[in-house]
Amino acid sequence: MAIEQRDAPAADDLLKGLWRENPVFVQLLGMCPVLAVTNSAINGLSMGIATLFVLVLSNTLVSLLRRAIPREVRIATFILIIASFVTVVDYLIQAVSLELHKSLGAFISLIVVNCLILGRAEAFASRHGVSRAVLDGLGMGLGFTFALLCMGAVRELLGSGTLFGVAVLPDAFQPWVVMVLPGGGFFTLGALLLLINHMQARRAASAIPVEQA
Amino acid sequence: MNDASLWSVFINASLVNNFVLAYFLGICPFLGVSGKLATATRMGAAVTFVMLVAAGSAYAVNLLLEWAGVPYLRLICYIVIIASTVQFVEMLVKKLSRALFRALGIFLPLITTNCAILGLALFQTNREYDLAQSLVFALGAGAGFTLALVLMAGIREKLELASVPDVARGAAITLMVAGILSLSFMGFAGLGAG
Repeated sequence: MAIEQRDAPAADDLLKGLWRENPVFVQLLGMCPVLAVTNSAINGLSMGIATLFVLVLSNTLVSLLRRAIPREVRIATFILIIASFVTVVDYLIQAVSLELHKSLGAFISLIVVNCLILGRAEAFASRHGVSRAVLDGLGMGLGFTFALLCMGAVRELLGSGTLFGVAVLPDAFQPWVVMVLPGGGFFTLGALLLLINHMQARRAASAIPVEQA
Repeated sequence: MNDASLWSVFINASLVNNFVLAYFLGICPFLGVSGKLATATRMGAAVTFVMLVAAGSAYAVNLLLEWAGVPYLRLICYIVIIASTVQFVEMLVKKLSRALFRALGIFLPLITTNCAILGLALFQTNREYDLAQSLVFALGAGAGFTLALVLMAGIREKLELASVPDVARGAAITLMVAGILSLSFMGFAGLGAG
């Protein structure tokens, strides 16, 4: 913790989203896609990258226009900017892989209402310069992608015994079908949050004696 | 054109493919507003109302966009419709009933960023529902959302009294409960298919 704080602000803008302020595990933002599209690792990864792309672009544009946007209509403007980039991503994915577009379905369009993106536009990009806003978007986006990949990998491994479509578990393994069903999304995220809470509680417990000494 | 009967559209949207528990739409209010039973009911009512108005307007605007040949503007138009519908509903409720306005409070403006509404508009377009089907779909989705929210609020009120390990307090235990709820809703699979 202490080492991170001594780092230059630029590095901190990038790093804070990865773990310390991870949008999913710590801030609990953008839950809908986290639960909905993570039934396989590849779906989670592509959704994460699509969100990362929109987040960086919208942060850049919001930061560039931050002095031109009137305060009263800023939220509406942010949403319009985000919706434009999401439309671009939607058509881009359709062009690259129709199969992926089908499996992600309406959730690509639903990136518009991902509170993470609007939250970063409002809380960070509209108050900082372009370079810091890009780094922030990159960090938060990577943190989000990391979380989605974790969820997708766990669910795919337990639910169908594969990882990125390659069988990794022996044939004797009986897949837990529940993990790829909707309920499994809730269970996996709940279990991951338990693990993270536990790790933080242990870290806090071990940090106290050090500070006293 | 989709030829599903109105009844099956309703059952499908409210129970079989519940928006919250099967499609994961509207998770934020589901986790955020489900602490108390009274607020959950009001939030559900407000969302259902906005869904109905948004479904009707989205249907009309989609026809207009198709006619003008600019379907790529759909997403931007939908989000603007939803934002203005919410604004309009807020003004209307304020004018008609001060008591209801005060009861709904902050929940009204928050509905704009509820992905269940945008999801509803997108689904009805993808499935090519006609106007009557769209409205019934909105009603069913709203009823399903309210049902999930009220069930969750009831469980969480009881959970307050239970002794939960410190690590699991807050979001973790709520998600586990939601998972079990989602599993039980799978029992509805196949209903209303005929």
